[in-house]
Amino acid sequence: MYRLALGTVLSGLHRIMGLALSASSLLLVAWLAAAARGPEAYATATRFFSSLPVRLVLAGALLAFWYHLFAGLRHLSWDLGLGFEKSTARKSGMAIVALAVLAWAATLALAWRFLMASP
Amino acid sequence: MNGQVSARAAGRTPDRHATGHWRNQRLTAIGLVPLGLWFLLKLLSLPDLGHATVRAWIAQPAQAALLLLFGMFALWHSAQGVQAVVDDYVGGRLHAPATRLLQMAHWAAALAVAWSIWTIARSGA
Repeated sequence: MYRLALGTVLSGLHRIMGLALSASSLLLVAWLAAAARGPEAYATATRFFSSLPVRLVLAGALLAFWYHLFAGLRHLSWDLGLGFEKSTARKSGMAIVALAVLAWAATLALAWRFLMASP
Repeated sequence: MNGQVSARAAGRTPDRHATGHWRNQRLTAIGLVPLGLWFLLKLLSLPDLGHATVRAWIAQPAQAALLLLFGMFALWHSAQGVQAVVDDYVGGRLHAPATRLLQMAHWAAALAVAWSIWTIARSGA
């Protein structure tokens, strides 16, 4: 029961994190467009990206990036027929969660100077 | 273990058009592993995110090409993923307009990314 629940939760999470990244890509598009547009547009974008809600969204997108990456690699390994056994799937499921949180913490530390920079 | 994936795979395998979608989805997924890591680490390694720094980065032809490749792969993969969700949850009469909407949104985003990178790369900084 627990195994089934874990697998279902992680699989749903993979989709939700993917959708979150799709939504976040709009921020990336806006940022690139502002950089291309000129200094005034970029200054407006910088103010927007420096606001607390957007900083929180970006920190969340960073977690979504790592989770979706590791969970995606797990899905790709299943495509190759690897890791289907229940005990292996359970271990890899817990591993990707741990890896995602670790990678998130590490890159969040690196991103901190950007996230906390004054506009 | 993963009913979602196996059910979809079982339903789609006989359809050659659909296996093409399946293959393309894996292609963008695999491509985005190095491209996504490159983009994130590159972004985090920039000295700052000021206008001049960002433009100088994208003005380098090789970096512009990589960024364009990442952008196209990410948006293509996003379109595939959102389409899969629409296929699973949006049924009946709403399916076709939802599909058109997600495709138009992704095309618009891809054009904006291409235009932005082209504009910066052409200006030389």
